[in-house]
Amino acid sequence: MSRPILEAKNLRVAFNGVKAADGASIAIHDGEFLAIIGPNGSGKTTLLNICTGYIRPISGSVLLDGNDITRMSPRAIARRGVARAFQIPQLFSAQRVIDNMMLALAAKDGLWTVIRPLETAERRDEAKALLELVGLDGDTDRISSTLPEGHRKLLDIAVALALKPRLLLLDEPTSGVSALERFPLMEALMSALRQRRITALFVEHDMDVVARYASRVLVWNAGNIMAEGRPDEVFGNAQVRERVVGVA
Amino acid sequence: MRIILAAAAVVMLAALAFAAPWLQFVLTLAIAKGFAALGVAVLLRAGLISIGHAMFFAASAYGAAFLARAGINDLGLLLILSVLVSALIGAIAGSFLVRYRAIFFAMLNLAVSMVFYALCAKLYGVTGGTDGLPVPIPAVFGIVFAEPVFKSILFYLSLTLMVLVGLAVHRYLDSPLGHALSAVHSNEIRLEYLGIPVWAVLLIAYTISAALAGLGGSIAGFAIGRVVPDFAFWTASGHLVLIAVLGGIGGVPGAFIGALFLELLHSAAVTVTDAWNMFVGITLIVVIMFMPQGIYGLFERKEAQSS
Ligand SMILES: Nc1ncnc2c1ncn2[C@@H]1O[C@H](COP(=O)(O)OP(=O)(O)OP(=O)(O)O)[C@@H](O)[C@H]1O
Ligand SMILES: [Mg+2]
Repeated sequence: MSRPILEAKNLRVAFNGVKAADGASIAIHDGEFLAIIGPNGSGKTTLLNICTGYIRPISGSVLLDGNDITRMSPRAIARRGVARAFQIPQLFSAQRVIDNMMLALAAKDGLWTVIRPLETAERRDEAKALLELVGLDGDTDRISSTLPEGHRKLLDIAVALALKPRLLLLDEPTSGVSALERFPLMEALMSALRQRRITALFVEHDMDVVARYASRVLVWNAGNIMAEGRPDEVFGNAQVRERVVGVA
Repeated sequence: MRIILAAAAVVMLAALAFAAPWLQFVLTLAIAKGFAALGVAVLLRAGLISIGHAMFFAASAYGAAFLARAGINDLGLLLILSVLVSALIGAIAGSFLVRYRAIFFAMLNLAVSMVFYALCAKLYGVTGGTDGLPVPIPAVFGIVFAEPVFKSILFYLSLTLMVLVGLAVHRYLDSPLGHALSAVHSNEIRLEYLGIPVWAVLLIAYTISAALAGLGGSIAGFAIGRVVPDFAFWTASGHLVLIAVLGGIGGVPGAFIGALFLELLHSAAVTVTDAWNMFVGITLIVVIMFMPQGIYGLFERKEAQSS
């Protein structure tokens, strides 16, 4: 297999003695759509925090294209093409939906042009296209704090997409999104990922979504990998069904 | 609509000063404070309250006094150089101040400005102590005018600068960098994850805000003809925050509206009563309780309704 885009090796993290990562290693390869499932509090979000430089592991390392990024800041890692959507949306809540998007687009190129306004015709079009993709085109000019939870979640994903990442990390993209909107969202997301050649890793609690879309599944439990493989293989594993799928 | 209103206000100010020349001094001072309050308002967008910006106001006026003493005698040059002085001090102070937030930022700005105030007051040999330094009347395009004429020129120049600098600041606030500044208040984590260096965004804003305070300071220095340590006293800094909040931080005109309002209220009130602080206090209570967007917010709301 080719060299992984992102590789985390022997990660160890503990919070007050609770091990959120206990010697775990993961790798994600070009073009994958890797799902991570696992019980609440097993350390899935912590893994994303480590991979994006938000927290530093006690030991272990994270490699992006073979380069060590373990001690880099989230900003430096973002600049290298890794975008993240959060379990709890991280938005500019006082700003309009479209401004959230346009600032993300500007962050990629042209933050330093003080002469031109944030809102240019091209940028607005590009932002609108992404909002349409996730189904937020009706909310363009709303202040983002007034959005319902599910739509805040969608905006957070759209913002991450606006960074045109090579690698996208999604923390429970469908949580808070109504059951009715879940599959349309995933369809749109998958086509966007394919079109833009984005590799993605997503933490997910909805097993139907995992079964349908993941190219590979990692089962995370108590800071370690309990099982790994294609969705059908993993869901066939009796231990996984008992400990994870049953719980979730 | 808003542009027409703003243009009308500027024309009215010019006409008012023409009809009543005795108002020119008050109006010049109001515009000077408006610049400084605009500097404070820029930082307020990021949720940062500086209670020390009078330091830059004073630094620039002292700069003008020193430069005049060193033989520079041109209004334009003195303005530009003294603003650069305050911008430079702003960049230096900002490089460590922008790491702090909330009460720590406010208090550190206060602390730094008090050190500056003390230096101005105590270094008698350099700064003239509490007597301060004279800011002599400079030449304008090589011509030295009599005092009343110079004061008129200074007023109309300040008015022009208010429009030009105001437009430039508006541009900045509307640019990606300006939006990133407001975003600091909303969510620093997201900014980091967008790959935007928050400290750089804030340092640029801090330097701009110091330059604006400096511009106000040197105009005030020329208008008064003297700079004293009290320019930098913490109550002066508090006054700038007051102006910014009163006027509203929703747009550039807010700071100037607040400054004009307060200066005119002050001039009117002192002729009737010496309890003018009470007037100001009551006004501020009313503004904060009933119009949190400041006086400027009233205009913005009208705009929103009519469109
Ligand atoms: N910054 C932190 N400080 C202290 N404890 C933390 C911190 N972050 C996570 N934890 C703890 O680490 C463990 C793993 O948390 P984490 O959020 O990574 O789990 P998760 O798998 O994402 O759970 P969920 O499915 O509920 O999102 C939990 O026990 C949590 O309380
Ligand atoms: Mg989580």
